[in-house]
Amino acid sequence: MRIRSFRGGVHPPEEKITSQKPIQELPLPKKVVIPLSQHTGVPARPTVKVGDRVKTGQRIGEAQGPISSNIHTSISGKITSIENHPHPLGPPSLAITIESDGRDEHHPSVKHNNDYFKLHPNEIREIVRGAGIVGLGGAAFPTHVKLSPPEDRWIDTVILNGCECEPYLTCDHRLMIEKTYEIIEGLKIIAKTLEVTSCYVGIEKNKEDAIKAMREEIRNKANMEIVSLKTKYPQGSEKQLIEAILNRKVPSGGLPLDVGVVVQNVGTALAISEAVKKGRPLIERVITVTGRGIKNPANLRVRMGTLFKDMIDYCGGFAGKPGKIIMGGALMGFAQHTLDVPVIKGTTGILLLTEDEVNIEEPQPCIKCARCVDSCPIYLLPLYLGIYGEKELWRKCEELGALDCTECGCCAYICPARIPLVQLIKLAKQEIAAYRKKK
Amino acid sequence: MKEEHFLVSTSPHIRSAEDIPKIMYAVIIALIPVAIASIYFFRLWAIKLMAVCIITAMGTEDIFQRLRKKDITVFDGSAIITGLLLAFILPPSLPLWAASLGTFFAIALGKQIFGGLGYNIFNPALLGRAFLMATFPVLMTTWTKPFSLDVVTSATPLAQMKFAQSFVSHQSLFLGNVSGSLGETSALAILIGASFLLIRKIIDWRIPAGYLGTVVLLSSIFWFIDPKGFADPLWHLLAGGLILGAFFMAPDMVTTPVTKRGRWVFGIGCGLILIVIRSWSGLPEGVMYSILLMNAITPLINRFTHPRIFGEQK
Ligand code: SF4
Ligand code: SF4
Repeated sequence: MRIRSFRGGVHPPEEKITSQKPIQELPLPKKVVIPLSQHTGVPARPTVKVGDRVKTGQRIGEAQGPISSNIHTSISGKITSIENHPHPLGPPSLAITIESDGRDEHHPSVKHNNDYFKLHPNEIREIVRGAGIVGLGGAAFPTHVKLSPPEDRWIDTVILNGCECEPYLTCDHRLMIEKTYEIIEGLKIIAKTLEVTSCYVGIEKNKEDAIKAMREEIRNKANMEIVSLKTKYPQGSEKQLIEAILNRKVPSGGLPLDVGVVVQNVGTALAISEAVKKGRPLIERVITVTGRGIKNPANLRVRMGTLFKDMIDYCGGFAGKPGKIIMGGALMGFAQHTLDVPVIKGTTGILLLTEDEVNIEEPQPCIKCARCVDSCPIYLLPLYLGIYGEKELWRKCEELGALDCTECGCCAYICPARIPLVQLIKLAKQEIAAYRKKK
Repeated sequence: MKEEHFLVSTSPHIRSAEDIPKIMYAVIIALIPVAIASIYFFRLWAIKLMAVCIITAMGTEDIFQRLRKKDITVFDGSAIITGLLLAFILPPSLPLWAASLGTFFAIALGKQIFGGLGYNIFNPALLGRAFLMATFPVLMTTWTKPFSLDVVTSATPLAQMKFAQSFVSHQSLFLGNVSGSLGETSALAILIGASFLLIRKIIDWRIPAGYLGTVVLLSSIFWFIDPKGFADPLWHLLAGGLILGAFFMAPDMVTTPVTKRGRWVFGIGCGLILIVIRSWSGLPEGVMYSILLMNAITPLINRFTHPRIFGEQK
């Protein structure tokens, strides 16, 4: 069988050093810092005040408007502050700090629902919204919004994303092996909510064991298929995943639902199943702490709001001299300047590069080798975006489709002249947005 | 834990191992078989010619970068390639001063004037040859028989076809046992180097495919119509600098289109021009002009072959 994939992309060294390491439970942290903005959309509003006692799973922040998400405490204890705190995705922002009482007592709202399969789609949506579930693949888009397509849209397919195409990261890989049943349960719940009949799980070919486990699990289920995909970055990007599995192209500027598809990450499916069956809001997730800069790389189940330094300590501290701390993957992650940042819902991993792995090379002139053109999965001409970007010709960048760029990083990764293409394109996007607003 | 200093920069946080020098040195490695073949056929002349061209190329680059107060990148491999390629397309008996002058011109006016590597429009080595052809036409058409170290004026196979209607055998052409420029005589050596470049994906196969494909197609048609007046396609492929040009000059990334469709256009265009020149013009060889002409319209090709963006509606 021809192995399915998309056009373009790159294949960096996979570096999945933790792929055979079972998920470990990080001991309960002494304190957690929970930002009110962990998702795409409007930040939540705090519903508690300093000094309040809270129990695990209790809501402490309320979603504001349709594209927003509830926030819950991940431990039981006392609120000690509500103030600005370093945030892994940008400037310091409002966060709630909770000191643990060490008891991890659950809030009464967290309870099992044995009849979950009788729930109406709208009830499921309500549970997902209440539980503060967002996409766990990194983008952190509120899940209930994706589960509530507009009436006039015909959705016929759900795709679970188990590609994990970023080098180093293995949390989804481990979940598919260790939580196979729950993930498929989650997929069934999603399919029921959206009333679709055809379901796919896309997994990159380098995860043979996960593919096998998932195939076992769905045996005799006619409407589900596990699709083995070529190991290529960005296979797990929504548009590329849909192209690979269904051969449908999401229109420029459009969404997967424009082609009848909803894509969810495998971790999100697990979170949905936990929320619907066990009443558990999204208060923990699995992350990969990895890279040559850490002594004992591991896959950890951690409470939201755990500080990076606690996890790095647990993993034995730095190995060698640390050069760069990245939240997320090597291609799309965010470099951090402090370890005082917390795990948020979109944290897929912490990647530690050693000092000699981060060599800063001077950009050279573009040699028109077109490696960036060949690797761009959106079929842009990144070299011109770079050239015009450097000259600040933003309108030219817009004409060349800068706004379609997904910032996947293939072009900058592959560029032999080391031109910071993504940086220039990001800048161009901001400038375009700015002058569009003015109009 | 002590707070350390962490580097903060935009993603991606890893870069592929292939940088400009790695690409350039891969091209140089690919040129080694050709260099060996030329030394085998033309002995000391080959060594001297290559040495002079490479040294002049690097020296000129160095001087210009110093004058323009740029970083000195003499060792990034690109100047070596220009020098070596130019040596390969010169007659083995060319006086060394002329070779040196041509190389100076190639680097100075073919590359540095435009702003250095990456900014030039024309393939510098070909421009160097064009300059020598215009200035020293006699020297540039004085050929030598392989293995003989004396200058014996002898016509190249293409000139023989054109002006005497006689064809050299395919086998001699393939092995290189004919008169011609230093490095374009042995198709075998060139193909060994070319396969390395294709496997390493240093050059895009579309350009040689378009170029050679067009030549074969058109020459087959003409040959069918008039087998006496026209050479057969295989002969066209093997004669002159075509294979060297198709694998080492035409696909030069700096001076060719960046889009895939554009590369087809480029290769096919080169093929068309070549056949026209070889069949109907007064010039015996058209590889150089075909590539230089297509270099000239490369910006235009780029403009008209933008790929349609993913999911863009018609
Ligand atoms: S231009 Fe954008 S979409 Fe294309 S490769 Fe670069 S980062 Fe990815
Ligand atoms: S990969 Fe870099 S050097 Fe090559 S064409 Fe693109 S921008 Fe230019």
